[in-house]
Amino acid sequence: MSTLEIKDLHVTVETEQGTKEILRGVTLTINSGETHAIMGPNGSGKSTLAYSVAGHPKYTITSGTVTLDGEDVLAMSVDERARAGLFLAMQYPVEVPGVTVSNFLRTAKTAIDGEAPKLRTWVKDLKQSMNDLKMDPTVSERGVNEGFSGGEKKRHEILQMELLKPKIAILDETDSGLDVDALRIVSEGVNRAKESTGAGVLLITHYTRILRYIKPDFVHVFVDGRIAEEGGPELADRLEAEGYDRFQPVATPEATTPANA
Amino acid sequence: MSLLAQKNPAPEAHTDSVAAFVPDQSRAERTTSYAVSDFPVPSGREEEWRFTPVDRIRALFAETPGSALRREESVPDGVTVSTVSTAEWQGSGAPKPADRAAVVAADQAESVTVIDVPAETELTEPVRLLLTGEGALAHGHTLVRVGNFAKATIVLRHEGDAQYSELLSVVVGDGADVTVVTVQEWADTALHLGQHDVVVGRDAKARHIAVTLGGGIVRLNTNASYAGPGGSFEALGVYFADSGQHQEHRLFVDHEAPHCRSNVEYKGALQGDSAHTVWVGDVLIRASAEGTDTYELNRNLILTDGARADSVPNLEIETGEIAGAGHASATGRFDDQQLFYLQARGIDEDTARRLVVRGFFASIVGRIGVPEVEEHLMAAIDRELEGTE
Ligand SMILES: Nc1ncnc2c1ncn2[C@@H]1O[C@H](COP(=O)(O)OP(=O)(O)O)[C@@H](O)[C@H]1O
Ligand SMILES: [Mg+2]
Repeated sequence: MSTLEIKDLHVTVETEQGTKEILRGVTLTINSGETHAIMGPNGSGKSTLAYSVAGHPKYTITSGTVTLDGEDVLAMSVDERARAGLFLAMQYPVEVPGVTVSNFLRTAKTAIDGEAPKLRTWVKDLKQSMNDLKMDPTVSERGVNEGFSGGEKKRHEILQMELLKPKIAILDETDSGLDVDALRIVSEGVNRAKESTGAGVLLITHYTRILRYIKPDFVHVFVDGRIAEEGGPELADRLEAEGYDRFQPVATPEATTPANA
Repeated sequence: MSLLAQKNPAPEAHTDSVAAFVPDQSRAERTTSYAVSDFPVPSGREEEWRFTPVDRIRALFAETPGSALRREESVPDGVTVSTVSTAEWQGSGAPKPADRAAVVAADQAESVTVIDVPAETELTEPVRLLLTGEGALAHGHTLVRVGNFAKATIVLRHEGDAQYSELLSVVVGDGADVTVVTVQEWADTALHLGQHDVVVGRDAKARHIAVTLGGGIVRLNTNASYAGPGGSFEALGVYFADSGQHQEHRLFVDHEAPHCRSNVEYKGALQGDSAHTVWVGDVLIRASAEGTDTYELNRNLILTDGARADSVPNLEIETGEIAGAGHASATGRFDDQQLFYLQARGIDEDTARRLVVRGFFASIVGRIGVPEVEEHLMAAIDRELEGTE
């Protein structure tokens, strides 16, 4: 049983116009086995939350805490966070030319487990997972994300989730750019990984359609750098029907200057 | 008449890629000669010396006798290593010296070493020469003659410390298949100026592979020409420059015979203050070279601030009847996004860096085709990276 606890997280980035606050007090707790959906309009700070928890150097945490089973995540390096059991499936996975997928996955697995996987079971697991995700076996000899289609990149992210078996997985718009078939395959992969490891999942999405395949226990509406409303799966249905309009800041002085500022 | 060539102003080649440009003078017009007096001592302002710290290599322009490098060799059956007269070398089909250092090397070398691979000999093991500098001025003059339809790999390794200039001529017979590998693993103080000429026979296949890791100043001019149609030349290069090192690779592929191919691919990594690399890729497609297919690529990966990579592709095309002519040149910084991605999968920073740099070189290293060189090179790259921090 693991718990990721995010408390009153404030995050800024440096932009050409100066320092910009993007997360303005995010509080969220995710336990093993739970699925939390974070839904929000583009630019509301969803990816910033994901990157900040993963430790991307571009984001500065100005206040708040993040702990995993009581351990201070913010004090860890990026790789330490991953070894502690956090996983981020990225919205835009990065190409690493010349590093083969198989070499990359084996290196990552070895790093996470602290020892090299047994060759026979590893080869079998890799093959099985790639097959389940309907990935072409030749992908393993290609460079990481090198020339991958959008769908291949997302499958590759979920392949890593299945193989690396994190305690808590953050999936940043894993559904974007996928057609219906690919969405179903990828969602099944997430459900399989969840079932076999009991991971907690933070599912970031702009649309509700992935929630037909991955059932959230909790839904958080994310607007303007913080959670605007929380509820159960029914909240997603409401968003489906109404959109984000009622959460969008209206052009009034109150809206541009946050109430608690 | 240049049909496809464009004239650009002299490029300010910093860390950006540079569009191909054609110098005011055609590449064909550079001096070649057996006479030292035909080559004034470079000032550093000449087009072909403008990137080189000429003041530090004066010893190699002087007509001063030196010694030879210590040579250990491993020569497969059927291959002979001996010496020939200057006259025989001049009649071998080898091109003439093309700069001051090369002409001095030919003039001052004690003898012309010749490596003969007889016609139709197919070697299964490389010819290996280990050349070691012993801290002195040295001149080398080597002729490699590969007979028709022979198949051979020749590996030259340079170690130790020296002020070394050399002229190496590789004359490849018709239908032969030759790979020459030159590995520079000098001590940090060594100076090495080389002219390597490869003359590709009719329907022959020649590959020149340069691996430069050590040395204070290493400057290699690799020139390819074709003795008949149907030849193919490939030049691969890998270099890794540290603080204080100057590594310069100049390629010139002279397409005169029709229906020949050339492919040049060099990749370099730089780290540390004042690490400097230069890559110049000249390709000339003469009016007679119909059906030419050529491509050249240079990529540089800058690992730390303060390093500088110059990259200058020059393409001169005098006929429209070609199969293909392209070039690419790019210099980029180490990509922190790649590092983040790998670290986010639990991989520690050092390992992640090593993966990225190995990946960068992989496309070339995997094509060297000489396993002992590939393995040695990957291990050497790992060692270079360990020196980073
Ligand atoms: N590195 C950055 N530099 C500048 N602005 C950024 C950076 N990252 C995010 N932002 C800005 O922060 C806001 C939130 O972005 P993001 O977290 O990507 O939102 P979402 O994932 O919800 O679409 C946007 O206005 C975006 O332009
Ligand atoms: Mg996003």
